[in-house]
Amino acid sequence: MACRGVSFLPEEGLELVGVAKSFGSVTAVAEVDLRVHPGEFLTLLGPSGSGKTTILKLIAGFEVPDQGEIRLAGRDITVIPPYRRDIGMVFQHYALFPHMTVAENVAFPLRMRRLKDRTVQAKVEEALALVKLSGLDRRRPSELSGGQQQRVALARAIVFGPRLLLLDEPFGALDRKLREEMQVEMRFLQQRLRLMTVFVTHDQEEALVMSDRIAVLNAGQVEQVGTPDEIYDRPANGFVAGFIGESNLWKGVIAGVHGALARVGLDLGITVTVAVPEPPKDGSQVRLLVRPERMQLLTGTRTADNSFEARVHQMVYLGESTKYRLNLPNGHEVLARWSTPRLAGPRVGDTVRVGWDASDGRLVRWD
Amino acid sequence: MSNVAGTTHVRRVPWRRHLGPVALTAAPIGLLFLFLYYPIARLVLASLSGGSLQHFQRVLDPLYLQVFSQTLIISLYVTACCLVLGYPVAHFLCAAPSRWASVGFIFVLLPLWTSVLVRTYAWIILLGRNGVINRALLTLGIVDSPVPFLYNVPGVVIGMIHVLLPLMVLPLYAVMRRIDPDLLKAAAILGASPLGVFAYVYLPLSLPGVLAGFTLVFILSAGFYITPAIMGGGRVLNVAMILEQQSRLDLPFAAALAICLLVITLFIYGVSSRLLRGSQAWS
Repeated sequence: MACRGVSFLPEEGLELVGVAKSFGSVTAVAEVDLRVHPGEFLTLLGPSGSGKTTILKLIAGFEVPDQGEIRLAGRDITVIPPYRRDIGMVFQHYALFPHMTVAENVAFPLRMRRLKDRTVQAKVEEALALVKLSGLDRRRPSELSGGQQQRVALARAIVFGPRLLLLDEPFGALDRKLREEMQVEMRFLQQRLRLMTVFVTHDQEEALVMSDRIAVLNAGQVEQVGTPDEIYDRPANGFVAGFIGESNLWKGVIAGVHGALARVGLDLGITVTVAVPEPPKDGSQVRLLVRPERMQLLTGTRTADNSFEARVHQMVYLGESTKYRLNLPNGHEVLARWSTPRLAGPRVGDTVRVGWDASDGRLVRWD
Repeated sequence: MSNVAGTTHVRRVPWRRHLGPVALTAAPIGLLFLFLYYPIARLVLASLSGGSLQHFQRVLDPLYLQVFSQTLIISLYVTACCLVLGYPVAHFLCAAPSRWASVGFIFVLLPLWTSVLVRTYAWIILLGRNGVINRALLTLGIVDSPVPFLYNVPGVVIGMIHVLLPLMVLPLYAVMRRIDPDLLKAAAILGASPLGVFAYVYLPLSLPGVLAGFTLVFILSAGFYITPAIMGGGRVLNVAMILEQQSRLDLPFAAALAICLLVITLFIYGVSSRLLRGSQAWS
């Protein structure tokens, strides 16, 4: 794909080495190491208070880390003030300058860099065209819709060819349809410009849609870094498994290993078989993850490696799929999610046989 | 509502419902008419007594024009000084940690809660020939003879600044408070140095407060009586003092003077509210 302007290509990535930050007695970020590669879209995903926003502030230079080093394109920027970092940023509420027109807003970073009038004009036009806002350049931000304001904010953040783009939960204020549209568009633009991007969100769906890689954060620490499917399919621990998507997460003890299969005694009161890439120690405590959509409804002669009977306790209709809460005879709850059947599926109160294959279970760390 | 458009009737609100709001506003409106608009109307009538504009013609006498210009110049000094002193204070109140800000607030508001008379006499004790400041300056050998701080224009200006400063700080504070801190961060990350952030973002956004404070202080300065009278010791004249004097000697002329001052004030107010609307066009 043709890439516009070599200036959008950073030479090297972003690197955080042992970065820590506390506010008073509260540790916001505890010794984080993180790498973002040139052209990569990395998402910092975590619940509120996980430190993701603090990391973004440290990268932007709004806060200085207590220890550690931040390097951008081969330069140590740990203590460099924000205005000399060459970073573009889209704020949560866009932070457009209300006293300037759209064009003046987009021109702002260029003016601060003392570019010639003609260059400024050309670049502003180009950036506005890129975000499909040509013709609105003389409007005030207050005269624009939420989606348009976000486009202006994006144009303003990329117009000067920053080394890095920071996105601070920029989709929160948009309605669902517009949000999905903007996500796809922003991702497309980011790939087209090969713009190294760090994106902060607490919305796991958003993270899965947009990212090359996701860093899952919890209590100031990075729990796992990986591609969306790695994070979803092979979560490193219980927190990641629970935070991304819905899950059945059971505690259990390894009751025996046979080649690539392990027997796990679950605290549900049943023993199941799970495929394991590397054999765990006999008797070690683990958690077993089975995603609700991996549960199978066993009708007729269908079988699965692990199966049991359960009663439908609750159904939630979601359109293309239906979510079921099932109760085991001993009272434990199991989540299942099946594509909505054309004809009548199981109803509340029905007893069904469900199960999953050994290859659909995942062992994750106990903690 | 399932009503079809054609069948809906405008429900008439019983007249008694309107009684509450009318009764609530009647008292203040009545007071305004009784004690403000009626006296002003009487003033206008008085200034036109004799059936001609002769009293207004007397205002054009160089002597009185000079008093007017001195009044306006002093007002301008006072307002400009209040702005220069008040802007950083208002910014501090917004930006400081809340503990410090509340201490700052007490310092700003304390003068407002104290009688103007008390404050003005306090300044006389401080600034007099034998006052605290002059004695300190003499003792330190900075000056050889007492500096005349009192009964001159600087004295009047100092006293007025002290009285009016809170009225500059408060509107500034109210506007600065509403400036989104993210805008300043956005300016910084987009390449604006601290000075650039101030010049291109903070200052323009605080302009409505500047204008409001400026208007408030200027208008009050232009009609100020007690402080200039005491601190000027009768040697610095302003319109309010001439008014007080003439009200005893020549009431129609005093009325004409008062109306001229009122017109000037209204003019300033008109211009500034025009500008204010312009400077807030975005919100």
